Amino acid sequence: MTHDIATLPAGDVFRTYPGIDDFFESIGLPRPAEDITMLEYAAFLDEEVLEDKGLMRSQLIRHFKDFVTGLQKMADPGETAIQSITITAGRDKSGQPEETGFTLQPGDVVSVVGPTGSGKSRLLADIEWMAQADTQTGRSVLINGESVDTQWRYSSDQRFVAQLSQNMNFIVDLSAKEFIAMHAEARGIKDVNALVRRVIDTANTIAGEPILAETGVTALSGGQSRALMIADTALVGHSPIVLIDEIENAGIDRRKALDLLVRKLKVVLVATHDPVLALMADRRIVLKNGGIRKVLETTPEEKENLRVLQRLDGAVVSIRNAIRDAKTIQTPFREILRDSCGGAPLEQAIVKQLSSSRNPDPGKRRKGNT
Amino acid sequence: MKLITVSGPPSSGKTSVVIRALEHLKAQGQRAGVVKFDCVSTLDETRYKASGIPVKVGLSGHICPDHFFVSNLFQCYQWGRGQGFDFLFTETAGLCNRCAPHIRNILAVCVIDNLSGMNTPWKIGPMLRLADLVVIAKSDLVSQAEKEVFLFRTKQVNPRGVIIHVNGLTGQGSAELASLFFKAKETAGVEETKLRSSMPAAVCSYCLGQTTISDQFQMGNIKRMDLSEGNEGVQGEGL
Ligand SMILES: Nc1nc2c(ncn2[C@@H]2O[C@H](COP(=O)(O)OP(=O)(O)OP(=O)(O)O)[C@@H](O)[C@H]2O)c(=O)[nH]1
Ligand SMILES: [Mg+2]
Ligand SMILES: [Zn+2]
Ligand SMILES: [Zn+2]
Repeated sequence: MTHDIATLPAGDVFRTYPGIDDFFESIGLPRPAEDITMLEYAAFLDEEVLEDKGLMRSQLIRHFKDFVTGLQKMADPGETAIQSITITAGRDKSGQPEETGFTLQPGDVVSVVGPTGSGKSRLLADIEWMAQADTQTGRSVLINGESVDTQWRYSSDQRFVAQLSQNMNFIVDLSAKEFIAMHAEARGIKDVNALVRRVIDTANTIAGEPILAETGVTALSGGQSRALMIADTALVGHSPIVLIDEIENAGIDRRKALDLLVRKLKVVLVATHDPVLALMADRRIVLKNGGIRKVLETTPEEKENLRVLQRLDGAVVSIRNAIRDAKTIQTPFREILRDSCGGAPLEQAIVKQLSSSRNPDPGKRRKGNT
Repeated sequence: MKLITVSGPPSSGKTSVVIRALEHLKAQGQRAGVVKFDCVSTLDETRYKASGIPVKVGLSGHICPDHFFVSNLFQCYQWGRGQGFDFLFTETAGLCNRCAPHIRNILAVCVIDNLSGMNTPWKIGPMLRLADLVVIAKSDLVSQAEKEVFLFRTKQVNPRGVIIHVNGLTGQGSAELASLFFKAKETAGVEETKLRSSMPAAVCSYCLGQTTISDQFQMGNIKRMDLSEGNEGVQGEGL
């Protein structure tokens, strides 16, 4: 910036930085007239008005400048492209050195497994805080192979990790459309409407039931909320790392959800107890007692087993739905399982059996089964 | 001794966050105490005690709690020194959203929470705007998008402050918070220190105990709404 922003006519400043409206709104001051400068504005303000806001004249100018700097940074974040994130080995809760560290690259899907309390939050916190051997685990985080200037922690523009938790709560009372728009505006995005449409369309490719732009976010089903938030994180959010805390296999296509994040070159960490989700990842980090116990590649055999597991999983989902639909589950699973070992498609067999038992021939219905 | 002032709207998570951070300070052999300021009553005393943290409580009663805070700060500082603390925290609930008991050269922390609504950062005023360190609690209860928008608006109001997320229940982020407490400057004394913003001189007849609502009984510092046509009720603000 060559000249002092506080000496330019407000009209010019408003045209250059449309977001500046928020500055006056957030303090509760009226917008200055087009032709006066911020210095003049501050000088004209009544002592009493400033007193009401708990501001001194000089503070007002300083806050204004800071605000503009924030808007400039948003327009040009100047972030270094992340090619890799390395977490070096530290120590576990008992002070034992960790087996190994690991390196993550954009587009990687890595699962994090281990019993509750085994160190998931600590690992995440280390990444989020860009630990430099200065946390209790002694781990360091390297970006593109180099240690990070801890000063960034205090600039707080950027969060490295976006967290998608299992219980997806919304507290705002907005429609899906307004909700995404609110987020897009906070990210300084120009064509908000186009992006909102893209997010909702994308969410609908992974959601079981379609999300309507007008539906209130608090009225969305669990699967729909997750789909919307994953699409939002992929397309609107800017954190390079996405941590997903379990995705239930209900109302959402998990494979497609992960693929979407991979296409957007996110580093995806999935904390899970579900073997299907764990095996969908290319690698898994096994935690124990606060430390990294092993980092395992998913083997071709495991990928093959995953296919069978997914069918089983599909079967469990159809059983769950049948139970929800007030059906009785009369299918002899034992027989289906036995048959399927001979090569019959397990899931289809169960689904077929389920659907035939859903509408039993009324004539054949046993007595007492009203 | 390092004096650290913690403020924030009622129930935003101040006590939870401080207790979590103190666990880390204690683990490193630091001694810390707390003075809690409130209006009418507080249960915080019990919670601090249960965590083994020495605590004193000041109830302001009919006086503005922030004014009360300022007039008692010196005493509290002396108490902390007498106890041989390494850290003394004060906890105050900003009740009028206008006063900010932040003092120059003393680490000023403001705790706000995601549940309080998207526009809250804009409503809080100097307490948030002038804090050195802003702690955002209860991120576990909202979606990632809401968390990001809330952070964005907080940063709009306080672009210079350090903003961190701490979970008062699980303690996530509290080790990092403790490391920031460690970085605070030693407080040589509080005599002759200065507030970062003026406190409103809200003395009217009602401040002094008047209970009858009538024009006749209104004296002192009175400010009236402008409800005339074309005005929304806010005070005319010139320009
Ligand atoms: N879910 C969740 N709850 C929290 C979090 N932090 C605090 N709470 C809860 O919020 C409530 C208020 O927390 P306190 O720590 O008492 O808040 P405070 O600001 O000290 O409240 P006052 O001193 O009464 O103004 C308590 O029930 C806490 O358990 C958090 O990060 N997540
Ligand atoms: Mg409290
Ligand atoms: Zn006040
Ligand atoms: Zn009064």
